[in-house]
Amino acid sequence: MSSIGTGYDLSASQFSPDGRVFQVEYAMKAVENSGTVIGLKGTDGIVLAAEKLILSKLHETGTNKRIFNIDKHIGMAFSGLIADARQIVEIARKEASNYRLQYGVNIPLKYLNDRVSMYMHAYTLYSAVRPYGCSVILASYEENEPVMYLIDPSGVSYGYHGCATGKAKQSAKTEIEKLKLGNLSCKELVKEAAKIIYLVHDELKDKNFELELSWVCKESNGYHVKVPDSVFAEAEKAAKQAMEADSESDTDDM
Amino acid sequence: MPPIFSGHPTMLEENDWRNAAHSTGTSIMAAEFAGGVIIGADSRTTTGAYIANRVSDKLTRITDHIYCCRSGSAADTQAIADIVSYHLNFHGMELGEEPLVEVGAAIFRELCYNYRDSLMAGILVAGWDKKKGGQIYSVPIGGMCVRQPVSIGGSGSSYVYGYVDANFKPNMSKDECIQFVTNTLALAMSRDGSSGGVIRLGIITEKGVERRVILGDQLPKFYED
Repeated sequence: MSSIGTGYDLSASQFSPDGRVFQVEYAMKAVENSGTVIGLKGTDGIVLAAEKLILSKLHETGTNKRIFNIDKHIGMAFSGLIADARQIVEIARKEASNYRLQYGVNIPLKYLNDRVSMYMHAYTLYSAVRPYGCSVILASYEENEPVMYLIDPSGVSYGYHGCATGKAKQSAKTEIEKLKLGNLSCKELVKEAAKIIYLVHDELKDKNFELELSWVCKESNGYHVKVPDSVFAEAEKAAKQAMEADSESDTDDM
Repeated sequence: MPPIFSGHPTMLEENDWRNAAHSTGTSIMAAEFAGGVIIGADSRTTTGAYIANRVSDKLTRITDHIYCCRSGSAADTQAIADIVSYHLNFHGMELGEEPLVEVGAAIFRELCYNYRDSLMAGILVAGWDKKKGGQIYSVPIGGMCVRQPVSIGGSGSSYVYGYVDANFKPNMSKDECIQFVTNTLALAMSRDGSSGGVIRLGIITEKGVERRVILGDQLPKFYED
């Protein structure tokens, strides 16, 4: 960011001389300021996990969720500005509902991803608007096949086996790469996801956070739902134990 | 008040074929078998009592794996088939894969329902897709849509409901099913005055469609014994 400003960052409709669109890059910065969100694809479905940072002790728990339902079979997790994300959620829901009305079947995630990323990309083209300050992960389990995409503020999207976005996306990605995603079931992945969120959480900078876990898998009959309370409790316990074991081994080393 | 037309009233009635629309007073059917669906139709297009075409093709391609059997007004059903074909092929391109039969049926239903007051169309949508294999959806006159393992339509169908109910078996072999469809249509064509000509068949499987014709002199006559 050496060339911040220089007059080419005021509008999303103008390139800089070296071929960048600064407004889009700033939007990505907005994403990097928010809590980490990850998505893991297993053999029988997908697990989404979010680190929801708590900015005030006065906030009620369970509000301002970071994981949404787009349709019964599609989940969306986001990092970035919540108000921006809610707008994306709304258009994605409309898209899914219109598809069913017209074609009588569930919207394929591939198609929804095309539409939503096209929509987000449109907001990087005009001077009168700003790009969306959020990245979203879309996940579904259709025809016994887990599918997951991540869309950036630039409107670019890729399919993933495992993905992360937000504050600690780099360290989260490193952790995800250690997993053998091709062999793990969702039951196992829920624990791994919780562990990763706990691991990458920065206690010094952000005090409190709430863990959110959802899945869309065989176990949930292809519906995207938050994981059952018992599974959640188990995963959170495993994550906390892993953290303790980790800190113990750290002290051993010293 | 004097009559507007000076002709004899019965003359007008006798000549009403001149103003009648082409319609496929028809026998059409579709049946699931192990591996796909068989579609079939007679080949008679009438204008009133006049046979406007004795070798018409009422089995119309929508996509490579989805066909429809048309009955009712020839103009209406041709137009609907063209529109659905456009939508479905466009949708297939957006999706990057072959569209589902149920999606095709949903588009037919949407059009037939929304314009139910101005259309005369009874359509069978049949095809194969990798999600559910061979499927048949019936979209009759009011714009309903229902999946059936075997379905018949058109004016000739009234005569053969009993035959179909008695003789259709799920998971027949291809040859067995072809014979069943041929027999049913031959019966319907023999009883129904506005059905006749040749039998046109389409066998839709994973591999695509195979078309056959059974000429008028080769129609089965098993029921005459």
